[in-house]
Amino acid sequence: MQASSFEQFTGTEQYIVSPALRDAVNVAIALQRPLLVKGEPGTGKTLLAHNIARALSKPLLVWHIKSTTKARDGLYIYDTVQRLNDARFGDGDVSDIQRYIRFGSLGQAFTAPTQVVLLIDEIDKADIEFPNDLLNELDEMNFHILETDEHVVAQRRPIVIITSNAEKELPDAFLRRCVFHYIAFPERDLMAEIVHVHHPRLATDLLEQALERFYALRQVDALRKKPSTSELIDWLQALVVGGVSAEQLAATLPFLGVLLKKESDVDVMLKKGVNLTYARA
Amino acid sequence: MFLDFFYTLRHHKIPVALTEWRLLMQALSLGFAHSSLERFYTLARSLLVKDVSYYDAYDLAFKEAFQGIRTPAEIVEEILAWLQEPETLEHLTPEQLALLEQLDLEALRELFAQRLREQRERHDRGNRMLGTGGTAPFGRNGQHPKGIRVSGAGGQRSAVQVATERQYENYRRDRTLDIRQMQVALKQLRNLKRLGMEEELDLDATIDQTCRNGGEIELIFCPPRKNNAKVLLLMDAGGSMMPYTTLVEGLFSAAHQATHFKDFQYYYFHNCIYEQLYTDIRMNARVSTTSLLHQLDADYKVILVGDAYMAPEELVNTGGALYYYHHNETPGLTWLRRIQEHFRSCIWLNPLPEWQWNRTTIHLVRQVFPMYALTLDGLDQGIKQLVRRVG
Repeated sequence: MQASSFEQFTGTEQYIVSPALRDAVNVAIALQRPLLVKGEPGTGKTLLAHNIARALSKPLLVWHIKSTTKARDGLYIYDTVQRLNDARFGDGDVSDIQRYIRFGSLGQAFTAPTQVVLLIDEIDKADIEFPNDLLNELDEMNFHILETDEHVVAQRRPIVIITSNAEKELPDAFLRRCVFHYIAFPERDLMAEIVHVHHPRLATDLLEQALERFYALRQVDALRKKPSTSELIDWLQALVVGGVSAEQLAATLPFLGVLLKKESDVDVMLKKGVNLTYARA
Repeated sequence: MFLDFFYTLRHHKIPVALTEWRLLMQALSLGFAHSSLERFYTLARSLLVKDVSYYDAYDLAFKEAFQGIRTPAEIVEEILAWLQEPETLEHLTPEQLALLEQLDLEALRELFAQRLREQRERHDRGNRMLGTGGTAPFGRNGQHPKGIRVSGAGGQRSAVQVATERQYENYRRDRTLDIRQMQVALKQLRNLKRLGMEEELDLDATIDQTCRNGGEIELIFCPPRKNNAKVLLLMDAGGSMMPYTTLVEGLFSAAHQATHFKDFQYYYFHNCIYEQLYTDIRMNARVSTTSLLHQLDADYKVILVGDAYMAPEELVNTGGALYYYHHNETPGLTWLRRIQEHFRSCIWLNPLPEWQWNRTTIHLVRQVFPMYALTLDGLDQGIKQLVRRVG
């Protein structure tokens, strides 16, 4: 049971991983498959890629997906308008199409001299067909530039991390090629560890009480948007700055607005008779 | 045995393909599972299961396939090793340490090993055997003051035990749905058309126009693509629908929040649709069904929600409406047919489980509208039917 050579990623000082996620990352790296990460908002899907890059000391390329993003944008963009403009006004060498080809994030990842970590963030935001359009490029790690008849082959296969909020179903053919991990909401012990990374000097009794209130809040079914890890961390910051003690926290829920981002959710809690005021110690 | 596991997964309707299986074999041959069932559990899951809604089915399949493999020697050894490791006791309070000192560690260890040998079943809340939640000296989450907590946080639970806990039960797809899931399903109701302000550069037209101008650049813009889908939601607010109120409300708010529809209209009816529809759930304000049919174009996507379960005369008789002060000249079934004929695509979502759909009135309604269950799968299929291009 000793750590083998492909145990590359074990988390970083700022980022605590569960054993299952750590294994998934390492399997994806070893098998050279994209890692698809899903999970509730605020569970650190995007941060994962940043921390893999940091832990393995590799450059990170980020490709933020929007609803209008097309698969080809990630490979390269042929700037026709610029070329048209140059042709009209005689700026530069118009016959050199190469000058008007700009690589997107995926294209940059392929052409980079060293292995990079490529984050394809929120892939579900794009059109339903988007992932299918990327299948071949991600599989073969090469693509063709039509305009210059050039073939781009990845120097080193990038480590690809894909995040999704599960808004749209991803196509089966795409899923089959990925390693999948669902980041479950952290249990209390893991959460305490995560909080410790962000607030190392937090008093134990305050943390215990805050976690108690936090997990109780997540149990309230009437809430439309349940608070997540990032909100908890912000809230603890607010509690520390506000000088709230563990005893006060037992009776009141100050700075509820940090945890609940929807007005209707705050109303739900107010109707339950939650006390928001506290006296500064 | 591994191949059996593959078929067990398929048997539990998890869509595992052979390519994924071969990937798993590749990972195993690289030594990724460390000959540990727990590592295998997560490894196989990350490679074979690509949707959290199948995690529960995976847990069940895993349990089924590896049930026999309990407390492997490796885990027992781990526990015995743990007992010998004094530094793991550091986080105990002085009181706990004092308690611990009263125990003879050697005797405890022997007792532990002996109990382990005796034990054959998973054990919960007892006072003697190894397990969880009890007051025996060994186990997890127990109350025995001198007890030994067998496993730490997560990591050391046996894989089968993790599978048995079925943490992902709530993510199953065949369960009825929450608002967010409904929104996802409703998102498929889209019909992209170029609408609104001209904001996108139309490259082909620009080049064409520039050529016509003899090289003088002229940029041509066109409107971006927007969703043109129009949706009409008709909901049964009758008494028999009471148990499904939250479900229907969920569907309603999902559709209401979906800002991407060009138009969204909703009305209520009571058991069956007659000459009037209601604009509020308490059925005070009403509109005429006929005028609604005149107002709305045939390209509205119509979703009817109801159990379609009523007395047959409510559906087929004139004057059959349940409210005695409401006399309908035209039978409900005729009104349903009129709606079906007016709109190009309609579906009926039924919260009742499918095995009840052979009841008379449900059967009649099904002849008019394609009927789907009000579950995530049913909604998915229904929406697919709605967006299908009609001739």
